[in-house]
Amino acid sequence: MEILLALVIGLLYAAGIYMILRRSLVKLIIGLILLGNGVNLLIFLLGRITKGLPPIIPGELNTFAEAYADPVPQALILTAIVISFGLQSFAIVLIKRVYKVVKTDDLDELSLDEEYEQI
Amino acid sequence: MTSKLILLPILYQAFMAVILLFFWRRPQIQRVISVVGSAINVFICALLFQGVWVDGIVSVQAGNWVAPFGITFVADTLAATMVLLTSIAGLAVSIFSAGTIVRAQVKYGYFPIFHFLLMGLCGAFLTGDIFNLYVWFEIIIISSFVLITLGSEKKQLEGAVKYFALNMLASIIFLTALGILYGLVGTLNMADLSGKVAAVDNRGLVYVSGLFFFVGFGIKSALFPLYFWLPDSYHTPPFAVSAIFSGLLTKVGVYALIRVFSLIFTDDIFIDQVMLAIGMLTIFSGGVGALVQVNIRRVFSYLIICHIGFIIIGLGLFTEAAIAGAIFYLIHDIVVKTNLFLIAGLIFKIKGTNDMRKLGGLYDGWPKLTLLMAITLFSLIGIPPLSGFWPKVSLILGAYSLENYGAIAFILFGSVITLIIIAKMWSRIFWNPGPVLAVRPDFQYFADMSLKKRSLIVTPIVLLSAVTLYIGFGAEHIQQLSERISGELIDPTIYINAVLKPR
Repeated sequence: MEILLALVIGLLYAAGIYMILRRSLVKLIIGLILLGNGVNLLIFLLGRITKGLPPIIPGELNTFAEAYADPVPQALILTAIVISFGLQSFAIVLIKRVYKVVKTDDLDELSLDEEYEQI
Repeated sequence: MTSKLILLPILYQAFMAVILLFFWRRPQIQRVISVVGSAINVFICALLFQGVWVDGIVSVQAGNWVAPFGITFVADTLAATMVLLTSIAGLAVSIFSAGTIVRAQVKYGYFPIFHFLLMGLCGAFLTGDIFNLYVWFEIIIISSFVLITLGSEKKQLEGAVKYFALNMLASIIFLTALGILYGLVGTLNMADLSGKVAAVDNRGLVYVSGLFFFVGFGIKSALFPLYFWLPDSYHTPPFAVSAIFSGLLTKVGVYALIRVFSLIFTDDIFIDQVMLAIGMLTIFSGGVGALVQVNIRRVFSYLIICHIGFIIIGLGLFTEAAIAGAIFYLIHDIVVKTNLFLIAGLIFKIKGTNDMRKLGGLYDGWPKLTLLMAITLFSLIGIPPLSGFWPKVSLILGAYSLENYGAIAFILFGSVITLIIIAKMWSRIFWNPGPVLAVRPDFQYFADMSLKKRSLIVTPIVLLSAVTLYIGFGAEHIQQLSERISGELIDPTIYINAVLKPR
């Protein structure tokens, strides 16, 4: 299971970075989303996967008798998922606006005009 | 008593933002609430600072969960100072916003978002939990995305794409580092991490995690070679927005670097060397970049990058004198950089352009305002006895004691190149008569504004200049403060005890 997850994480990172390096705005966003998912899995994996041992102390004991699944990584991932959901939806609206105004999907076409004046 | 005050700056800003949301369609009321509320906030933060100064480091556990398990908020001297500076810069920018942000942008929620941004900043400074730090960073960047795109003009959107992409990438890298660190030691509390990371056998993974933190925060604080997003985006939003960004947003990255590398990854010689090299290259590339720009705001943006190098060199040297210098520079930089962008706004309002090739004759037309701007510009260079001079003394002394002459050379180079840039700017904008500009038809010039609006633009600049003068002439106080912070950073046991064994 760990090996499989490690491979998937590596694949997600590689694909994400490859997509970020493309010139298309849409691919940039997809790359960031893939990287975000890779990170979430990474936290999940590094928090040590323990099967079938929920972190609940049995009624008759005061402490944990054996190793248990750490609930913290899941809490972290949940937070990270919610946050990245918000950021990604903003990003998608942003690129839509950019596409409407600039009329291009190519990052290199975004101008570097220094004469910009603002009212 | 002080421990009850720790959460107050954060909660107060959240409260302000919510109150402002109730006045969504009433710009005038929003302006008044924001300015008055920010003034009260300065008082609250001063109270917190005074409490920390008297009682030492205080901590509070959210929900009363015992230290390493719950989320901790800690106010040490560094955090309290940063919160105080945030409140001062926030007040200045709030007044300036009341004078310059146009009605349409206020109606799209400028003020609530501005206060959410300040909330995020206070939270990032005060938290003692590394995952919580990530959450505050996300609050900061989502607010800043909205502020930077508010108005949706073509240039703004183009700048925002770069700003957005790199900041999101930085967050992902930060989260990766955090994941590795949690996997290694199984804790998120920064004080707890400090001891546990030092005890880890697998040093390789610790270094990997440390470098990921460095890259993630490095992007946010615009270090070489990851700074290109900053000059491409900081000159596009309204002036008040770029002022708060330049004063505080890159500095929160620097703050995180200082915190993480003084508390968690302490014994790492390799990262210190990397930091020194990166600091020098940052000074060089920021300074040289600023030389060729013609838009005032782009010049200032490159100068932000250049001057962050000073702080990073101080952190890389990691001696008491050098860190005191870096902290002093950080304090000076927040005030001055915020003021610089307000000044750029004032110049724009006077002349209708920010292009140095078209500007000129400000000294003839506006002698008193020129004097006011001179204070900030000269303290940026570091002409004694103004505020930029003193931290460089500490930094150079720190580098000299380690016989690191390369660092001294780059600090001097950074100062000289700032001098050249400001001298060039001074002669072009203030002394040179300049070309006669065509009058822009639907533009409200500073000369035609009502007295109330004019004073809303000038007051924050006067306020921040006064703070700059205090930092320069009351350097002894700031030096004492920096030395105390530096002592706390070099010896983290005080911090750790304050968190894990609260009184």
